Amino acid sequence: MSKRRPYVRSMDGWWKKNPYFIEYMIHESTALFVAAYAFILLVGLVRLGQGEAAWSGWLDALKSPLSLTCHVVFLVAILYHTYTWFKIMPITMPPIIVGGKRVGPEVITGSGLLAALVASLVLLGLVWRLAL
Amino acid sequence: MSENLKIIEIEVLRYHPESDREPHLEVYKVPFTDDMSVLQGAQYIKDNFDGSLTFRWSCRMAICGSCGMMINGIPKLSCETFLRDYHPNRIRIEALAHFPIEKDLVVDLSGFIEKLESIQPYIIPKEPRSLEQGEYLQSPQQFNDYIQFTSCINCTLCYAACPQFGLNPDFIGPAAIALLHRYNMDSRDGAAEERMELVASEEGVFNCSAVGYCSVVCPKHVDPANAVNINKTNAAKDYFLRFLSPKGGSK
Ligand code: SF4
Ligand code: FES
Repeated sequence: MSKRRPYVRSMDGWWKKNPYFIEYMIHESTALFVAAYAFILLVGLVRLGQGEAAWSGWLDALKSPLSLTCHVVFLVAILYHTYTWFKIMPITMPPIIVGGKRVGPEVITGSGLLAALVASLVLLGLVWRLAL
Repeated sequence: MSENLKIIEIEVLRYHPESDREPHLEVYKVPFTDDMSVLQGAQYIKDNFDGSLTFRWSCRMAICGSCGMMINGIPKLSCETFLRDYHPNRIRIEALAHFPIEKDLVVDLSGFIEKLESIQPYIIPKEPRSLEQGEYLQSPQQFNDYIQFTSCINCTLCYAACPQFGLNPDFIGPAAIALLHRYNMDSRDGAAEERMELVASEEGVFNCSAVGYCSVVCPKHVDPANAVNINKTNAAKDYFLRFLSPKGGSK
């Protein structure tokens, strides 16, 4: 009879066992903030469809201290999500060859972050002009 | 013992299938010199304290891939990890995570071997080729397409770094998918469609949630996470192509 008795270790709390996994979990959970913010904007759209009073109500709600605090929290979470998202982007893409050389991961991450920054600034600029 | 010999405490996760219900830690005080690897630390324990301590090794030069273990919780090749980098702290060595422990630091790799077989790790030519046609020619570019994925030494550190494999042991996992990708990317091979069934299966690439730690711990810079994620795109393309053309991707 076989004396083998392979021992299978539990996976409970696996993500707490390595700083890398903790960062991964934070990254994944900040996606919830991205979703929450999209939801707030969606509510705004619905309120807009319901007429002026509903729309102004939504705008007022945005100005409340609670909402402002939430927005700061969302901003931090979304910034972190953006950063870690572009950090793992190089491993998710086929190699990009420029001039016979493979583009390095730093360049890919850097370009992604730059694109996010430029897109945000353009959007901010547009909204700013509309608000004036 | 010479005076400049330092002592390091090595804590080892021991498990004996015949006498232990579960693994337990044992501490050994090991004298070491600056050129001693963690593997040599384990060998010192085996030679001087407990001959029953069981672990795998062969080349002791980061080539054979057999000496992987968790070193302070991080999957590493013990032959290229040095005791001096941990001294004066205690060092803990355990069997590679996510695999069943066979005995002490030895894990059961049979599942991994089956996965390696399942991806058809050999060149399946596009069409039969006669001797008269001569050898295959490959451009440096075609060679570059796959060479990185040939460097794998089957150390399975990437599996010990992959929580998705830990949660679902059926997941084909990083190294086997990297090897699959190696053959798919080879200009001499024509079996990418055949392998697609496995890539897109329940055990396939979509188990991966892009944690990315496998590529961090890989001692040979294979970047298995890259192979897995490129094949997610390939599988998605294949899926949609089936709607577009009557022949479509794979079956
Ligand atoms: S891909 Fe890297 S970490 Fe994984 S088995 Fe191969 S050499 Fe080891
Ligand atoms: S003993 Fe061969 S890789 Fe460490």
